[in-house]
Amino acid sequence: MSAAAEADAAVSREAARIRRTRLLHLIGWWGLRIVLALVALWVLVFARGTPVGPALSDPGGFLTTLFDGVTFAGLLFVVASGFTLIFGLMRTVNMAHGSLFLLAAYIAIRVQQGMVGRTRNIEPGDVSVISWIVPVIVGSAVVAVIGLVMYEVFLRWNAGQELRQALITIAISVILADQMLREFGGLALTMTWPGAVTHFVTILGARYATSRLFMLGVALAVGALLWVWLSRTRMGMIIRAGVDDEEMVRALGINVALVFAVTFFVGCVLAGVGGAMGASFAGVATGSDGNWLLNSLVVVIIGGMGSIKGAVAGSLLYGMVTAFSPAYLPTEYAFYAIIFTFVLLALVLAIRPYGLYGRAA
Amino acid sequence: MSGRRLRTLVTALVVTVVLALLPLFVSGFLVDFVLTRTLMLGLAAATIVFLARYGGMVSLGQILFFAIAGFMYGNAVLEAGARGLNLGWNPWVAAVFALAVTTATALLLGAVGSRSGGIYFLMLTLVYAVIGYYFFAQVVTISGPSGVTSITPPPLIDSSLRLYYTALLLSVLAFVGFRALGRTSFGMVLQGIRDDPIRMASLGVNVALHRALAFTLAGFVAGLSGLVNVWWNGQIDPASVSIGPALTLLIIAVIGGISYFEGAWLGALVYVAANNYLRSLPLVDRIGLTEDRFNTLIGLLVLLIMVLSPEGLVGIARRIGAVIPGGRWLGAGREPAPADGTRTPSSESDGSAVDDDLSRTEERGTIL
Repeated sequence: MSAAAEADAAVSREAARIRRTRLLHLIGWWGLRIVLALVALWVLVFARGTPVGPALSDPGGFLTTLFDGVTFAGLLFVVASGFTLIFGLMRTVNMAHGSLFLLAAYIAIRVQQGMVGRTRNIEPGDVSVISWIVPVIVGSAVVAVIGLVMYEVFLRWNAGQELRQALITIAISVILADQMLREFGGLALTMTWPGAVTHFVTILGARYATSRLFMLGVALAVGALLWVWLSRTRMGMIIRAGVDDEEMVRALGINVALVFAVTFFVGCVLAGVGGAMGASFAGVATGSDGNWLLNSLVVVIIGGMGSIKGAVAGSLLYGMVTAFSPAYLPTEYAFYAIIFTFVLLALVLAIRPYGLYGRAA
Repeated sequence: MSGRRLRTLVTALVVTVVLALLPLFVSGFLVDFVLTRTLMLGLAAATIVFLARYGGMVSLGQILFFAIAGFMYGNAVLEAGARGLNLGWNPWVAAVFALAVTTATALLLGAVGSRSGGIYFLMLTLVYAVIGYYFFAQVVTISGPSGVTSITPPPLIDSSLRLYYTALLLSVLAFVGFRALGRTSFGMVLQGIRDDPIRMASLGVNVALHRALAFTLAGFVAGLSGLVNVWWNGQIDPASVSIGPALTLLIIAVIGGISYFEGAWLGALVYVAANNYLRSLPLVDRIGLTEDRFNTLIGLLVLLIMVLSPEGLVGIARRIGAVIPGGRWLGAGREPAPADGTRTPSSESDGSAVDDDLSRTEERGTIL
């Protein structure tokens, strides 16, 4: 074959590849729209024989499910934003993120027990706002310091070696999980919400726990602070510049090492705040570290690694799927709910292989 | 055939013969609880090595295929039991069915993940494994939380010795097959994709398809290993898919050296031996390392390896072999992977010199 013919063949192959990719996009987008429309129709009208029932006949149940999804998404966002922040700037996949979540939860529980003065049967009435907030701060601060030490000792000198860093943090997570099992035992522990936030409000005939709304409020506050920090301060500007082109930032004479350390610290603080909230929301036990690593991974795979916007989108989508799929599947099939997490992942990856707001590295 | 390849083959042959004769000299416990487990975990870990070494994809999802094969075999072969479908099929038909389901699942999951490369793949495959855990834990028609029990192997291999030889045979086939695959055009294209997917795509290679097929093959082999596991174990439960076992399999590959096929079985041996014999080491309990803290020890070992030499035990052995006189039997014919991020272009034609080094720094966003 002559060189020209070969080049022609290559061009037509490439054109075919682009057509295939476009087709896949089209299928993905339309698939997503059709699936969403069908799901909405199902939830609104047809969902008889499901735990909640059609939204038109039970708007309260629908609203409760919606709020469950949004409030859970808030917690997801707090945890996953820390994970994605660290990855975005340093390309470090912190597989110990879930361990830091669990450690902060355990520490916060211990501190709260100390402040209330007993180790069991702590009622919300016994807990003042202070004896909830102080444990959260202590837990987050401790894991943030541990995370920072981990970064300085194990991760700083091998920057850019993604797999090596991921494996180092996996090793640390294995060690931490084992040591936490030794120190805190295998039983589930819970932190208690302050009495001031444990009431019920009635929406469309459905009672809803204000503690979950409080959790959403904290998440919104965290999100707002993150937004201000990243978009309105000098350090946030440096971080965003570093996400785009770290070497250029370095070349401009900016102390990148300091910015990296602060970012890692903040990322771990977010894991810690999430851990303490998660402990108040559903309790924690051995294995919660893995669950929350998984939750963070799902959120950032959907939303795109390194993007805060993506963390918001990913948390909302994943939170909705986890709330709606068990509520609106026919009762005898409710155990298939987990499939929908996979369907969500598959749909998103078909359209955007690096997540909704992600970019190929 | 180059001298190095000949040496590798001779070494592999000697090791195989020794392993085949070993049951004549050692106790049944050792064969059953150490060697068979080592071979079967090594076989599963070898699929991680295959994906990492040739495809640049580090998978935490292999445990899922390991487990799916077990669950499917158990569901198909049992005639009556508390849980599962109890299809009551012939064991060999059940085994084929299990492998077919495993391979099809691997193809589907591989297709979903095939366009996401690098570190994304690691995270995605971990998510696969955990979704598998929830699936089997929640879907009571197939398994439910306590799993499927009283599963028997096919009559032909129902003794522990025969099971050992089955595991050995499959391991040898996988070792030889995976290495040979690296020299086929499929293996070459895969290695090209590992090094530069964009360039391969512009050469007209269907990158996603090659990745998906490699993942499918790895899933099939992991399924074989999962069959041996369920024959050996007699039961399978959802806990064998969760995050812990997923990490264990990767840890085995990492301890041995994630770019070396022999490392998979070496890592498995270290893992199984530590699991079995840690308690009988003198003095370890004095420093707080009882068998309850086995995971701490394994974590420290992995941490140490990743900090000092990401190439694992095989990599360390090769480096030692390169500097001590007479150390060539350690396989020191190959330069250890440079740590400064430079990659020596492969000048040899047998493909096995095209190797991963874990420490590429020049391009952000690429792993391996």
